Amino acid sequence: MSVTVISAKCTGCETCVSTCPFGAIEMRDGAAFITEACTMCGACVEACEFKAIERSEEAAGPAADLSAYKGVWVFAEQHKGEISSVALELIGEGRKLADKKKTVLAAVFMGHGIKGKAQDLIAYGADRVYVADDPALKDFNDDTYAAVLTGLARQHKPEIILAGATAIGRSFFPKVASTLYTGLTADCTVLDIDIESGHLHQTRPAFGGNIMATIVTPNHRPQMATVRHKVMKPAQRNDSRTGEIIEVKFTPAGDLRTRVIKTIEELGETVNICEADIIVAGGRGLGSAKNFQLVEELAKALGGAVAATRGAVDEGWIPYAHQVGQTGKTVCPKLYIACGISGAIQHVAGMQSSEVIVAVNKDPEAPIFNVATYGIVGDIHEVLPIMIKKIREMRGTA
Amino acid sequence: MNIIVLVKQVPDTSEVKINRETNTLIRDGVPSIINPFDMFAIEEALRLREKHGGKVTAITMGPPQAAESLKEAVSLGVDDVVLLSDRAFAGADTWATSYALSQGIRKIGEYDLIIAGKQAIDGDTAQVGPETADMLGIPFVAYIRKIEQIAGNRMTAERLMDEGYDVVETSLPALITVVKEINQPRLPSLKGKMKAKSLKVTTWNAADIKADDSKCGLKGSPTKVVRIFPPVPRGQREVLTGTMEDQITTAVRKLKEQALI
Repeated sequence: MSVTVISAKCTGCETCVSTCPFGAIEMRDGAAFITEACTMCGACVEACEFKAIERSEEAAGPAADLSAYKGVWVFAEQHKGEISSVALELIGEGRKLADKKKTVLAAVFMGHGIKGKAQDLIAYGADRVYVADDPALKDFNDDTYAAVLTGLARQHKPEIILAGATAIGRSFFPKVASTLYTGLTADCTVLDIDIESGHLHQTRPAFGGNIMATIVTPNHRPQMATVRHKVMKPAQRNDSRTGEIIEVKFTPAGDLRTRVIKTIEELGETVNICEADIIVAGGRGLGSAKNFQLVEELAKALGGAVAATRGAVDEGWIPYAHQVGQTGKTVCPKLYIACGISGAIQHVAGMQSSEVIVAVNKDPEAPIFNVATYGIVGDIHEVLPIMIKKIREMRGTA
Repeated sequence: MNIIVLVKQVPDTSEVKINRETNTLIRDGVPSIINPFDMFAIEEALRLREKHGGKVTAITMGPPQAAESLKEAVSLGVDDVVLLSDRAFAGADTWATSYALSQGIRKIGEYDLIIAGKQAIDGDTAQVGPETADMLGIPFVAYIRKIEQIAGNRMTAERLMDEGYDVVETSLPALITVVKEINQPRLPSLKGKMKAKSLKVTTWNAADIKADDSKCGLKGSPTKVVRIFPPVPRGQREVLTGTMEDQITTAVRKLKEQALI
C-alpha cells in the first residue's frame, strides 16, 4: 500500500498539509510531497478536493484462511470472584456483533474459585463460557492469563476477541496478540462489523482525543481489541437463557517467572474512577488541600468518585491514582463535575467523552467551558457549599 | 547492570490545536519531544545505574530526525543510543514496531532490564512494551510505580492497578513499563549537553538487525488505519446565567431532569 501525489492534479492548495495528522506532507516545488513520516492512513486522500492523492491498495500480508475463524469472544474480567462491570459491557457489545454476524458469543473466564459464576455470564448473554479455574490464576499474571487465552484461541479459532481497556486487559492482551501475530487495537470507543468481509471496524481516539481513527485487521485473525469502560451498554440479565459451560484445564508450565506477593487496595469500592457513573474532579483552582475537601464532600453527596487534575495531584492534595488526563486515567462517566479546573488539553483528553460535563470556574474564558454541557461562572469556594447543600436537600426529599 | 530504555519521539500533543473551521489538527510549529512517560523510564534507568552500576542504552525506531530524541537522552545521562531507521519500517503498527525493537535489542546483546513508559501520548496504545517483551521471550510487568528491590536476578516492584497496587516479584531480565508516580525526571546537565552535541548517533537499518522484511513496517503490520476523522464535537453547550444561586439551582434541576443525579 502506498500514498502518492499525482503532481499534474495538485493545485498546491495545501489542504492536505494541514489535514495530515502525522505532519507527513510538505510542499516542494509548489506541489504536495509525502515524507517518510507517512503512515498511509489516507486522511489526505479524503481531504483532497482535486483527487490529486491516491492510495493504492495491494494485497499485503499472508493470505490466511480467514473463514476458518468463527465466533466472537469476550474476556470476562473478575476481581476476587466478582464479575467486573466492564465484562457485562463487553457481553452486551459482543452479543450485538455476534448477532449481526450470525455467530456465537463466548466468554473466557479465568481465576480461582470462580466456576460458580460462569452461569451468570450465560444469563447476561454468552452462548458459551470457557472457565479456567486454578490456584495459579488467582492473581493477575501476564504469563498465565496470556497462556490460557492463547491456548484457547489456537484451539478454537475465534474471529474476534475483546477485553476491557482496564489495567489487566491492556497489560496481557498485547502478549496474546504478539504470540498469535495478529492485530490489536487499544481503547476502542466504537465497534462495528462488516458482514461481507467479516472485518471489525475499530474506532478509537488518538492524539489525546484530537482525532479519531478507524482501524481494521484485514489479513490476520483473531481480530483483537480492548474497549473503553462505560462506553458500551451493559448486557441485561435474563436467567432463562441457556448455554454451554466448558471447563478448561490449566497447568502452568514450570515455575512462574512473575508472581504477585500481595495486593493492596488503596481505593474504596466507589473510587475506581474508571467505573464511576458520577465523578467530581478538582484542579489547582481550589487553592489548598483543605478546599479540596469540598470536592470530596460533593462527591460523597452525589455518591460519586473523586478525581483530580495533574496540578492537584502534584500539589499532593490527592494520590496519583485519581489523576484524570493524558498522564493519568481516561474516564467517561455519565456526569463529570469539573471544579476549579481551567481545562488544559491534557486534562480534557481524559474526560471529554463524559456524557454530561458541568464546569465551575470563576474565569468565564476558561477553556473548560468549551467542553462543558453546563457552565457555572463563579468562585468555587462559594459555589460548592451551595451546591452540596442543594444536593443534600434534594436527596433528602427525593 | 545493563539497562535498555525504549524511547519514542512524539509530537507534543499539548501543543496541537484544532482548526475549528476545518476540524483538522494544526501542527505548524508543534515541537517533537521525548514521549513524557519515557522520561520517567530514562530517569529510573539512570537511578538504577547510580545504585547498581552498569550502563544505560536508549533505543528508538523512527525517521532520521528521531536522532534528536536520542541526543536528548544522552544529555540526561544515557550512555549509549541506537536509532533503528529504514524506509522499510515506515507505517509500522505496534506489532511491527515491537518486532523491529526486539531485533535491535537482540543486536545490542546482554541486558538485565528493559524499561519503557506506560504508553506514548500520540498513539496511547500501551502495546509496544508488552509485545516487545513477548518477542524477546522475557517477562513483562506493566505500570510500575516503585522498584522496591533488585537482588540477583529477581526484582520486586509495585504495580499500579485500577483499585490499588500489587507487589510483584519477577525474574530478570524482564521488561517493565513505568507510570508517572515512579520518579521526578532530572534536567539535562551541561556535560550531558556537550556530549550530545558532538554525538554521532548509531543508526541501524533492517539488514543490520537481521529483520525479516515481511514483518517490518506497513507490510508486517496486522492492523491498517482505514479512516482518520475529527471527533464529533460535543453537543449543546450552555453557560448558565443569573445570580450564582440561580445558576446552581438551574444546573441541579437540569441534572435531576436527566436522571443523572
